Formats: sequence, C-alpha cells, structure tokens
Amino acid sequence: MAVATGNSFASRFGVHIAVLVFVAIWTIPTLGILVSSLRDKDQIVASGWWNSFASSSQTEAGRLPAASAQTQKDGKFVLEGNIFGDGVKRNISAFGVKAAAPTQYPAGTSADLGDGVTLQVNADGSFVMASPKAFEGDRGQRVYYASSAPPKFTTDNYQTVLFSEGIGRSFMNSLTVTIPATVIPILIAAFAAYALAWMRFPGRALLIAVIIGLLVVPLQMSLIPLLRLYNGVGTFFGVPSKTYLGIWLAHTGFGLPFAIYLLRSYIAGLPREIMESARIDGASDFEIFVKIVLPLSFPVLASFAIFQFLWVWNDLLVAMVFLGTAPDQIVLTAKLNALLGSRGGNWEILTTSAFITIIVPLIVFFSLQRYFVRGLLAGSVKGG
Amino acid sequence: MATQIFSAIFVIIIGVGGCVAYFWGANKLLDLIFPSRGVSGTAAVNNLRRQGLVRPWLFVGPALIILTIYLIYPVIATLWLSFFDRGGTSFVGFANYEWALRDPDLRNAIMNNILWLAVVPAACTFLGLIIAVLTDKIWWGTIAKSLIFLPLAISFVGASVIWKFIYEYRGDGQIQIGLLNAIIQHFGGQPQVWISLPFWNNFFLMIILIWIQTGFAMVILSSALRGIPEETLEAAVIDGANPFQIFWKIMVPQIWGTIAVVWTTITILVLKVFDIVLTMTNGQWNSQVLANLMFDWMFRGGGDFGRGATIAIIIMIAVIPIMIWNIRQANKETGGH
Repeated sequence: MAVATGNSFASRFGVHIAVLVFVAIWTIPTLGILVSSLRDKDQIVASGWWNSFASSSQTEAGRLPAASAQTQKDGKFVLEGNIFGDGVKRNISAFGVKAAAPTQYPAGTSADLGDGVTLQVNADGSFVMASPKAFEGDRGQRVYYASSAPPKFTTDNYQTVLFSEGIGRSFMNSLTVTIPATVIPILIAAFAAYALAWMRFPGRALLIAVIIGLLVVPLQMSLIPLLRLYNGVGTFFGVPSKTYLGIWLAHTGFGLPFAIYLLRSYIAGLPREIMESARIDGASDFEIFVKIVLPLSFPVLASFAIFQFLWVWNDLLVAMVFLGTAPDQIVLTAKLNALLGSRGGNWEILTTSAFITIIVPLIVFFSLQRYFVRGLLAGSVKGG
Repeated sequence: MATQIFSAIFVIIIGVGGCVAYFWGANKLLDLIFPSRGVSGTAAVNNLRRQGLVRPWLFVGPALIILTIYLIYPVIATLWLSFFDRGGTSFVGFANYEWALRDPDLRNAIMNNILWLAVVPAACTFLGLIIAVLTDKIWWGTIAKSLIFLPLAISFVGASVIWKFIYEYRGDGQIQIGLLNAIIQHFGGQPQVWISLPFWNNFFLMIILIWIQTGFAMVILSSALRGIPEETLEAAVIDGANPFQIFWKIMVPQIWGTIAVVWTTITILVLKVFDIVLTMTNGQWNSQVLANLMFDWMFRGGGDFGRGATIAIIIMIAVIPIMIWNIRQANKETGGH
C-alpha cells in the first residue's frame, strides 16, 4: 500500500495531520462528557469543559451587613468584614454596586459611591465601607463581584447519579436484560446453524433464504403485532404484559437471523473430515455438535456474543415497547432518555449518566475488539 | 439493590438453564424413543434413520418457532393491520394509505428520510474510505482506527447526549458551554439553537449517525483495501499514475462490491433511525423521521395501530429492493449450499 502515494516529506506530513484531525473529531465529543462528568456542577455551567483546567470565573452577588453592624473609626462610620463570610474563599478580580456594571472597579481599589461614601473590596473578599454619615436601614448594600475559583474535580456527580437518580438501579436492569438476551440466542442459533450447515432435511435451502431475507426486515414491522400479542397474552393469563422474559424473547427473535447467518457460514466452513471421522467413530449429531462444533466455533460465537451484547445494551426501541418505565424495569438507555426530558439543563447529571451508560460497551469493545471486527467482516450484510 | 441482583441472577439461571435443558433433554428423549445402541442390527439402522428424520427439526425447531412468532407472523400481521382502524378491529380498506398520502407530518418525515438517505450512507462510506486509505500509510494507523471505530460501541441515546452537549446553547451574554457555539463565538459569529433550526437541524442530527457509523465503513473498507493485489498498484505507479488516479481508477473499482455492502447496510440503518430523533428533538422543528413518527402513532392517545402499521409498511417497502439484492448475492455465493 505504501506505493500508492508520493513519498515526499510534505505528503507524508499531510497524512499525519489529516488523520490527527479525524481522530480529534471522533474523540473530542466523548472526551467532553467524560471531563464534564468529573467537574464540579457549578463550574460546568460557568465555563466550557475545554477550560476546566483553568480557573473558572463567575459573577456573583452578595450583600454587606446591615447598618446595625457599623462601628465608628476616625470620625467615620465604617462597615467591615468579608464578603464570603465563613464560606469558601475565592479570588475576587473586580466588583461593583450596580447590576448593570458588576465589575466596575478592580479589586483592591476604593470606589466612590457618592456623598463621600467609599467601598473597597479586596481580592480575598475583605471589604471596608466608610461614610461620613451613619448608615441606615436593615438591608445592607448590594455588591456584585467577579470571582475565580480554582479548577475543582469531584466524583460527587457519580454518587448522585448512581444512588439518587436511579442510574444504579437501571444499570442492574440493563444487565438483567442483556445477559440472557445474549446467551439464549447463541444457544438456539448454534443448534439451528449446525443443522442448516451439516444436516440434510427437506426445506433447508428455503429456510436459509428466508433467514437471509429476515436479516434486513426492519424491527418496526414487528412492533405493533407483538405489542398486541403481549397485551393479549397478559390479559388472557392475568399476568403483566411487560416482563423480562418478554424482552429476552423479543431480543432473541430479533437477533436470531443474524446469529444463524453468521454462525452457519462459519460452521459450514469447518473441515468435513473431522465430522465424518467422528461419525464413523459412532458419535451422534448431538455429540458432534457439543464436543466438536461448539469448541471449534468459539471465535464466531464470541463475535456474535459481542454484537448481541452491544446491540441489546444500547437498544432503546425494544426496551421502550416491551418493558415498563417503573424503577424496577427501566433500562439505562430509557432512563437516560427520561433524564434528557426531566433534567434537560443539568449537564452534571446528563454527562455522568451518559458516561455510565457507555462505559460497559466501551470496555467490552476495547477488550474484545478483535472478535468484534471479525464478526463485522463476516456479517456485513446485516441490516439490523 | 441486593434483592435486585439476586433476582436478576436467579432469572438469568432459569432462562439460560431452560434453554440448555431443552436441547439436552430433547436429544436424550429422541435417543430413548428410537434407541440405536443395544438393539438388533436392522432395528438399530431403522431407528438411526428415524432419528435422522427428526433430529434436524429438534435442532432448528426453537429457532423456527421464535422466528415465526417474532418476525414472520408480525410482518404479515402488520400488513394486515394497515388495512384496519386504530384499534385493529374494523376494516377500513386503503383509508390509512390515503391518510399517509395527505398527512403533512408524514410527508415531512418522508422528505427528511430521503435527505438522511442521500447524505448519511454517502458521507459514512466516503469518510470511511478516506480514513481507511490514510491510516494504512502511518505507523499509528491502528490506534487511530480504534479511536475512530469507538463510537460504534456507543448507544444512539448516549451519542445523542454527547452531541446535545456540543450543540448546547446558552442565552445571549452567557458563557457558551457547548463546543460548537463556543467556537462560533470565538470567531465572532452568533451562537444559535442548532437543533431547532428547521431544515438545517436535520444535518445536525445526521452528524451524530455519521459520527457513529464511519468507523463501521472504515473497518470493512480497510479490510477490502488490504485484499487489493499489490501488483495492480505497483503497475499503476510504474505507469506514472498520481495518487488520486490510483485511488479512483485502481483502488475504488476493485472494491465496488464492498462499497455496495457498506452503503446498503447503512441505508437500512438510516431507514430505521429512531433513537437519535426521539432524544434530540422528538420530531419537533420539522425534523421528524418515519421510525419516530411510527413510534409516536403507536402510543399517541392510546395508540393508532392502523396508521402505525401503515408507516411500518412504508419503511418495509423501502427495504425490499435491498432484501432481494441480498438474497440474490447470497445464492450466488453459496450456490445454494
């Protein structure tokens, strides 16, 4: 492949830059929510996440103490103290007394408020307000200030989201849906794939054609009749229509065409001699399948398992139709969708929840990428 | 939490165990009914033959039953329901299809789907091809490919949150915390509420799917490119072809088949796109698509199954040509094996 382009330094340099740009575009979005999920929730809205390592500045308002706190010093009435009180100290860069000009005066300077009244706010928050006349009223002077806080990273968001927003529960629900919905189709498809590849029976060719046709049938074609069927079964037997068993079977059904297609093409390619010598030794089809075909098919079984795991874990549509939205059934994707509606502006909740939903697929994906790619190459006619 | 974990493990064992029990038990039972060992010669041969007749159906049986219930029956039932009213009880002829021709929402959804079909498969295939070619030339290409491939593992809902954060808009005068608006503001532009800009918002939603699917196109095309015989490329270099000629005239024609597969796979995915639209806009601001509209009709006011089924049929009609092409390809490859 190296021969395909000119090998001048400029063109090689260009290739590196171009790939770097692509990689940046494809990773920065995910990085954004990872970084944000670890930030303090006030800082998320105060500055862009790309600035999260710099101090974030924000404009705030406070109120000086009421007139009753004044003291007399050098013939003047004075109010002294610290704007932050006993709270977290931040660094003030500027202050003001009007909402329209909250940063009129730099910190540490003395502002003339008229009638001889002066106010000085220092960088550490300490202030001195002085007046030739006594202060009056029980509401103190309003003060605006721009402060900067050092970058603050925390895992608080994860605690909040996992334990009080219900994401932890949903995580368990997702696992409850995903594991059986991955294992059951593998078992069923492996037996069918072996029969379709190595056993002779009438209608086999037709069955293969039907399965390839079903590969691309949109899920949408199944939803309404199955919803009616589930409701009907639920009413008839007096059981809930939205159950884990129901969604496992649904995912099994939707995953089967691809599973059978992928497994059959692999199992059909296993060497004929092995099967025949086992058969001569008196092994039955069941024994051949369990003792020879299954172990040899491990790579393709792993490929399909990863596919199905990712597909079920990431699915929203099937879960919304066949599972309820109560806390004991709602899966991560549906929960995240619900949070988007109810917590639209709370980015600390959304980014953290999103990261929790994508972390499992990412781990599976990175640790088993080899099998995933192999499955992708073998089964790329799959539509859904 | 603990009870949830235990009940989850319990149901997992029941579900998976039931499956194993069926296959093991059914085969054991067949061996018991038609014993092939410990009986006389002819009886054993006869029983073996009978076993051979039954056993394939034990193997494909569960798959066949589930495929019938979950895919074959629903396809017929959906077609059937599309001629019935909202409750699925009284026959209404072509009324749902007449409605489909007139309904402005549906027309908007179809137009948007066409737009998606025109842009997303082309963009994914094109970007995937370019990245595949470029990453093949550099030493850290594998790492680069892994990172570009990564969004494929992310759910559409997760990706929607990721991109919603990028498109985030804060009111005038506030600090823009969305990357896109921050960049635009940095260069002196006016921040916008991107996902509510009619027409253009479609493209902002498409970017999410392109971001997810480019990795898929890249991996498939990259492996196809590896399969190109080295000699054809060397010959082209000797003949003095420049890199662009080599790319368009030597490499692309040799991987047409793979490009077609990638293109059709993404096309089917686009026809079914649902999660992204639901989570980003729920079809507001003229961004509706067929799959989301169908979901809407399934549950709107208790659900209108007739109209929902009609929309499903429209999606199916768009898929049928690809389905036929797939079956033909498969028949050609396997020669009916």
